[in-house]
Amino acid sequence: MSVLRVTRAVYDAIRAHGEETYPHECCGALLGQSSGDGWRVEAAVRAGNTRTDSAHNRYRIAPAELVRIERGARQQGLEIAGFYHSHPDHPAQWSPTDFAEAHWIGCSYVITEVAKGKAAVTNSFRLAGETEETKRFEPDTMVVEEESIGRPGA
Amino acid sequence: MTITIPTPLRVYADGRNAVEIEAANVASALDKLTASYPDLRKHLFNGDGKVRAFVNLYLNDEDVRYLPAREASPVNAEDTLSIIPSIAGGSPGLAVQAIAPSAQSLR
Repeated sequence: MSVLRVTRAVYDAIRAHGEETYPHECCGALLGQSSGDGWRVEAAVRAGNTRTDSAHNRYRIAPAELVRIERGARQQGLEIAGFYHSHPDHPAQWSPTDFAEAHWIGCSYVITEVAKGKAAVTNSFRLAGETEETKRFEPDTMVVEEESIGRPGA
Repeated sequence: MTITIPTPLRVYADGRNAVEIEAANVASALDKLTASYPDLRKHLFNGDGKVRAFVNLYLNDEDVRYLPAREASPVNAEDTLSIIPSIAGGSPGLAVQAIAPSAQSLR
């Protein structure tokens, strides 16, 4: 099982984002570096949910915003390690919609259940496989570290 | 020009996060990219040779789909072509499988 390591600050930030946007879904990107067994996430970047027509149960990040996020990641020496979003009053489990719309193979998708406005369970799933035809979600072991992770060799 | 490679596709581009290409337009740049890294082709194009629907191409800050000449848009050495897979989803219709929380907080 792959591992997603996040700092306490990142973990708290993505859960707080879900509470702030409740009853709508929040979304954002996770920036970090690849480690031997998964990703080390160093920052979470909030993104706007463009699905204003159905924001309570859909999210979409504008590609133009993704371009800016990735550009910023490169400038920091980081990569897009994955994405996060919330499920208002639904379990922190990937949905068929999440799966159909997932295309960042090798990245982690973090989902937080926000129950009645309060962040509950947060899970992470790695989009495994090699192609659109063979992709699949696999649970990550999500490790929340209290201290700043720091960059290897830093 | 510079073509940026997103995280999922770097494994098919010798681990590079960007590739320098000399090309006259976007289509030519993609052709040269996939000629250098053939494994990228099936990830960028469908069976009809069209760019896959979930693959967004941005020439600097412009969506190539909305440029007047689309993939025939001319490029120069200073341009950056970003390949960005889409990101979206939603909560209804949850998958039928065991719901097993995986978070292991070190609280």
